[in-house]
Parts: sequence; C-alpha cells; structure tokens
Amino acid sequence: MTNSEVFNKVRDIIADQLDQEPESVQLTTNFKQDLAADSLDIFEIINEIEDQFDVQIDTDEPIETVNDLVEFITAKA
Amino acid sequence: MHIVTSAMTVPENVVTNDQLAEIMPTSDEWIRTRTGIRERHIATAESNYSLGLSVSQQLLANANLDATQLDFIIVATMSPDYATPGEANRIQAAIGASSAFAFNINVACSGFVYAMHLADKLLQNGHYGIVIGSEVLSRLVDWQDRSTAVLFGDGSGGVLLKGDEAAAPVVDLLSLGDTDLSLKAGGEGKYFAMNGRAVYQFAIREVPNSIQRVLTQAEMVPDQIDWVLLHQANARIIESVAKKLQLPPERFLQNIADFGNTSAASIPMLLHQAIQAHTIQRGQQLVLSGFGGGLSVGTMLLRY
Repeated sequence: MTNSEVFNKVRDIIADQLDQEPESVQLTTNFKQDLAADSLDIFEIINEIEDQFDVQIDTDEPIETVNDLVEFITAKA
Repeated sequence: MHIVTSAMTVPENVVTNDQLAEIMPTSDEWIRTRTGIRERHIATAESNYSLGLSVSQQLLANANLDATQLDFIIVATMSPDYATPGEANRIQAAIGASSAFAFNINVACSGFVYAMHLADKLLQNGHYGIVIGSEVLSRLVDWQDRSTAVLFGDGSGGVLLKGDEAAAPVVDLLSLGDTDLSLKAGGEGKYFAMNGRAVYQFAIREVPNSIQRVLTQAEMVPDQIDWVLLHQANARIIESVAKKLQLPPERFLQNIADFGNTSAASIPMLLHQAIQAHTIQRGQQLVLSGFGGGLSVGTMLLRY
C-alpha cells in the first residue's frame, strides 16, 4: 500500500470515528487541538486501525497528529 | 429459569464530582466527558454484607417467599468484607435460609453474569435461588490516585430466580487471562491499578464480539434485542459498543451517571431500576454483558 493509500484509509477511519468531514483531516492535523479528540477517541481510532490494517500499535509514544499514525502503520508494513 | 423479582440497595452517602475535585486534581467536566459519571455512593456505616442482606430481604418480601424455600444464595463480589465467611454464607444465616447452600464468586465485573449462568445450571424446575452482585469498591480505591478514584462506587443488586422448563439462556463466557496485569486490585499494591488504554481497547473489542457470538448461537440479529445491559464501566465504552453493533444508543440502558462503576453490582442495579420504571417489560429480550478484571467477559441472552 502506498503512503497516500494508507493516509486515505486512516483519514476515513478518523472522520468516521469523530463524526468529522474527511476534508478536515490532514497529515498535519493534531487530534486534540484541531479535532477536539481526547485520549479515549484516540484509543478507538487505534483499535479500528489495528483491525483494518492488521497491525499492532504498541507504543508509549504519544500519538498527537495524523502523521504520527500514518508513520506507525507504514513502519510496520 | 426466569426472574421473579429484583432489588437493590446503595449506601446513603453520595459523593459528587465536585466533592472529588476538592481532594484531588480533577474536575466535574473531565470526569463527565471521559466517563459519564456525575456522582457515586460510598459506604460509611454499610458493609458488603449489610448491602447484600438488604437486597436479599427485599427480594423475599417482594415475592412473599419464605427463606426456607431457597435452594441457594450466590454473591458475586470482588470486595468481600472477609476472605471467609463470605457474604453469601452470612446472608444465608441471617435470613434463615435453612435449606440453602451459599457461596461467593469472584469474576470481577463479569461476576453477576457468571453467577446467573451458574444459577441456571443449579436451578431445578419450580425451585428458587438468589443471585446478588455486591461491592464496596471504595475500600480498594487509592483516593490519591485520580486516574482510578473517580471511577468506582459502592452498591448491591440482586434477583430472585425460579427454575422452569424454558431453554437455558444462551451465554458466552470468555477469559483472556491478564498476563500484563492491566487491571488489578488487592494483592501487594492493595489498590486498583489499571492500564487504561489496554483495558479500554479490550472492552470495545471483546464485548461486541461476545454479544455477536451469543446472537449467532441464538440465531438472532442485533435488532431483535430489546435492551442491552452492559456493565457500567464507562459511558464511552457503552457508546462504542452500540456503534459496533449498529444499534441505537437508547437501547443501551445506563445509570453510570448516578452510581459510577460498581463492578458486579452494576448490572443487577441497572436491571432493577429498569424493571421498576417499567422500561423492561415481560417477554422482552435482554442482553446482559459484564466485562473487566480477569480479563473476562460474560454475556447472557435472557427473556424477562
């Protein structure tokens, strides 16, 4: 999967989870600041991503932006 | 088996989010948005035994049943007053249930559903048994630790069950053995300690799967369930499960705002309130699902 395909899928998962328009989700988008997502929202998004991409996101590193997520997935692939 | 009647008892003392914010760095807004909890009842003079006893007495009075007609008393709890004697045994003596055997079980927040499954196996046609979920979690809470202190409350709920010829309720019981100890209480640390992320993700993943397995076995679709009674751990978990099952959130009963997480007591308390309010009607299909420490899940499909 290319980086932009990963991003598209991640974007759709985030938009669905947070009831947002996909357009408001960019690589630079910050979960807390731009999308008013709290830690539980992020847990749910991670869960969906783990299921859909068949990866394990086992990290203590904070996931702050959409790009953090995309990097994780592409690193595991 | 079927439920004859239900009852609940909670400690008198109510502690609000604002009161907690006075003794630890938290806020009503944070607690409400992360968990849905507004207040909880905390035992002062009450004990796990006294709460469970009150429930038992109400059950017998409601049904106009003599204690000598009970075959068994099961109390699901993770916060017993003593390692022994168990609450079930003490209640048995106090109410004069001279024909009943009695025991506690501990499956944390899944305890009530596991106890209901046991009761179904133990009940003979036309016979009676009591199943109670009862907790004084406040004694397992570190009131300096805001990550856990805001979550838990005390209370007790129970049902009087009668054996009948109906088919056994479909159940799904799951154990995931918590190798990393992501949800623990008691032991060397004494207090609740939780890896919030691991526990949250366990719940939102495994509970819908468990409910789905029960429905598949019962050859039903989610829309045929009238009411879902999930363990009241966190309102966000309940919303997430509703979304996963593609069911309207209104079908998921809640009282977490008033009582917090009362572990094994949460489902029977919720059940009792909904029965009292006539929200739950005879003949309706209920899905009860407890989940948490173990890590465990227990789901039961039950017709009221």
